[in-house]
Amino acid sequence: MKILLHSLPRRSWLTARRPLSHLTMATDPTIMSVTSSAQGMNMFQAVNDAMKIALETDPTAIVFGEDVAFGGVFRCSQGLQERFGKDRVFNTPISENGIAGFAIGYAATGGTAIGEIQFADYIYPAMDQLVNEMAKFRYRSGNQWQAGGATLRMPAGAVGHGGHYHSQSPEAYLAHTAGLTVVMPSSPKAAKGLLLASIRSKDPVIFLEPKALYRSAVESVPLGDYEVELGKARILREGSDVTLVGWGAQIQRLQKACDLAKEMDGIDCELIDLQTIVPWDAEAVEQSVLKTGKLVVSHEAPITCGFGAEVVAELQERCFWALEAPIKRVCGFDTPFPLVFEKYYLPDETRNLEAIREVVRSSR
Amino acid sequence: MLSSTLLKGNRHIVRAATSRYYFSTGPAVVFDLSGSFQTHNLETAPNETTECSKDELWNMFELMYTMRRMEITCDNEYKARNIRGFCHLYDGQEAVATGILQALDEKDSYITSYRCHCIALARGGSVKQVVAELFGFEDGMTKGKGGSMHFYNKKHNFYGGQGIVGAQVPVGAGLAFANKYNTPPGERMPVAIGCYGDGAANQGQIWEAANMASLWKLPMIFCIENNQYGMGTSIDRHSSHSDYYKMGNHIPGVRIDGMNVLAVREGMRFVKDYCASGQGPMYVEMMTYRYHGHSMSDPGTTYRNREEIAFTRSTRDPLEFVKKCLVDAEFATPDELKEAEKRIRKDVQQQVMEAKESAKPSMDSLFEDIFAKDLVSRSGSEFPPHIRMPDYAKSFWIDGKPE
Repeated sequence: MKILLHSLPRRSWLTARRPLSHLTMATDPTIMSVTSSAQGMNMFQAVNDAMKIALETDPTAIVFGEDVAFGGVFRCSQGLQERFGKDRVFNTPISENGIAGFAIGYAATGGTAIGEIQFADYIYPAMDQLVNEMAKFRYRSGNQWQAGGATLRMPAGAVGHGGHYHSQSPEAYLAHTAGLTVVMPSSPKAAKGLLLASIRSKDPVIFLEPKALYRSAVESVPLGDYEVELGKARILREGSDVTLVGWGAQIQRLQKACDLAKEMDGIDCELIDLQTIVPWDAEAVEQSVLKTGKLVVSHEAPITCGFGAEVVAELQERCFWALEAPIKRVCGFDTPFPLVFEKYYLPDETRNLEAIREVVRSSR
Repeated sequence: MLSSTLLKGNRHIVRAATSRYYFSTGPAVVFDLSGSFQTHNLETAPNETTECSKDELWNMFELMYTMRRMEITCDNEYKARNIRGFCHLYDGQEAVATGILQALDEKDSYITSYRCHCIALARGGSVKQVVAELFGFEDGMTKGKGGSMHFYNKKHNFYGGQGIVGAQVPVGAGLAFANKYNTPPGERMPVAIGCYGDGAANQGQIWEAANMASLWKLPMIFCIENNQYGMGTSIDRHSSHSDYYKMGNHIPGVRIDGMNVLAVREGMRFVKDYCASGQGPMYVEMMTYRYHGHSMSDPGTTYRNREEIAFTRSTRDPLEFVKKCLVDAEFATPDELKEAEKRIRKDVQQQVMEAKESAKPSMDSLFEDIFAKDLVSRSGSEFPPHIRMPDYAKSFWIDGKPE
């Protein structure tokens, strides 16, 4: 059965442009750019570029997953099979558990396995492989074997119409596992650098890509080979009144909330993008909270036992005496991710604005 | 790729009409089904002929045509952005659902994947309920909370409608177990049928379910709707072994031409008979095809030729086949069929319009049905006193907007 050469869908209602996101092209001190030439790219193009560079520079690198051969359902792997061949870029059957285990095995021999899970909502059949095999391989073999070459990337987060099974953010389930690194970028430039760092990391990484940003987030992305350090948060906006912590697509909403707070109430917010969920940069958040005395944490995932709970617990321990007000979390509710109620469920900029105001109002 | 013996099954030879009366549905005609079946590990096989009366055949045609019109309407509504979310259409596979439903009865549990609009329709649903659910309105089958992938009907033993590929099969094994457990020994058990696609057939949990079903002789039908593609990958490329009816190994299997609704019905009667008598599970493979892509986000042409789709539509379309049967058996004239099509088209349009008049479910239903009883509310299990929307006037207050 012939497979037609991949052709891009034409602009139609399906690919209607959403308004450009709130991204600014501020220089980021954590990115070391090797060349000065850059190009406007959206997130799926940035991810594609990172994988292309990984395949070019590492002869053992392979890319596999469901439907990646024709480019993937979000075009992240487009052109890769044509360029690098069928033995390096190939489709797998619908077997997430198999994909994860397969990645671990290949990585254990020293190879670089870049697996794709089609949606983060489908990670659960693979949980045993991730939690019990991938995370613990180095530990239980006394450092003889390890799965560091494995990177599993997957689209995550709300997209406007995803419903129960195309909108989840499972970072909390994965963060609870010692041995795994969980990364979630919030912009194309960071995505490319973080993905290259994740692929080359000596530890296995789960790379969650906010699917809402695939097309809508556009940024000037350097064309060369560069990495963004894992485990380091970045401060997107400096301020002295309140610290806001978030990750992924939520950063867009937090940026808007910061703007609203500044315009309407003159509140100066400091916005921190964790980038790496585990191991996370608690020092950066601590330094910020010592300065501002107030903290709001915000994420799409449900509030109970979301990763925000970890941030709050750690920060209250480190900064209790510096806090001027209780820490607030603005998150999704404890329900399955709804379809028709999505806009009420998501912690949008106005809910965050209310939280910022309350934290400032109640502070001593 | 498809064996030529199966294509032959499409040629039905109507033998001389018998004067036998079928209950109250009029005289029956005998249809030839030779070549529609292949068996594995079985000494018997489904009948090579089947009797069908005028009413039965007309019912099948009308149901299938309603399914087809409904799916096409869903396509249009999705493109008009009235349906949001994910939408997986079933057109091309109508004969499978219709045939299975003719062979099974309402006591038999039915569980399937996300490609479930037509089965929801056939198992006690109406076009209005299905389409209202797709629109996200509260008149829908699951009160607007499920959407395209989640249709259920308790009264008709339809367990849905699952989003995760293959996850419905172990659940089906549980349903089969319940059927066996609740039937006195020696009596015929209601069966459980779990439908899944060729893409799902290699999921690990299906092997687990098959082992349990075989070990405990559960009345479970493992029904693989083989539409030749697992999402965007053809069976050659995602399955090392694509004789799915043999996949059960020692579990017997039947392969049925899924574009011939009469073959599906007759084959499923055979399968149900086998499973209900306590001999254990059976694998059934339906050879079928889907015209649309995997979902509405998939044009369906990046991994297959348009010629292939057009060829299947012109030579193996299940609706054309049923119409041909009706005409050949002199149960209907082409004009009567055209009339019926017009009538059904209008009816579907009418029901869609009625569905559009429904409304979104109330906000409180976001938190309903998470637990059996409302547990003590915690920070995440209720709305805060109010949720601010960017437009203040649209904000949501639990106890009414303060003056």
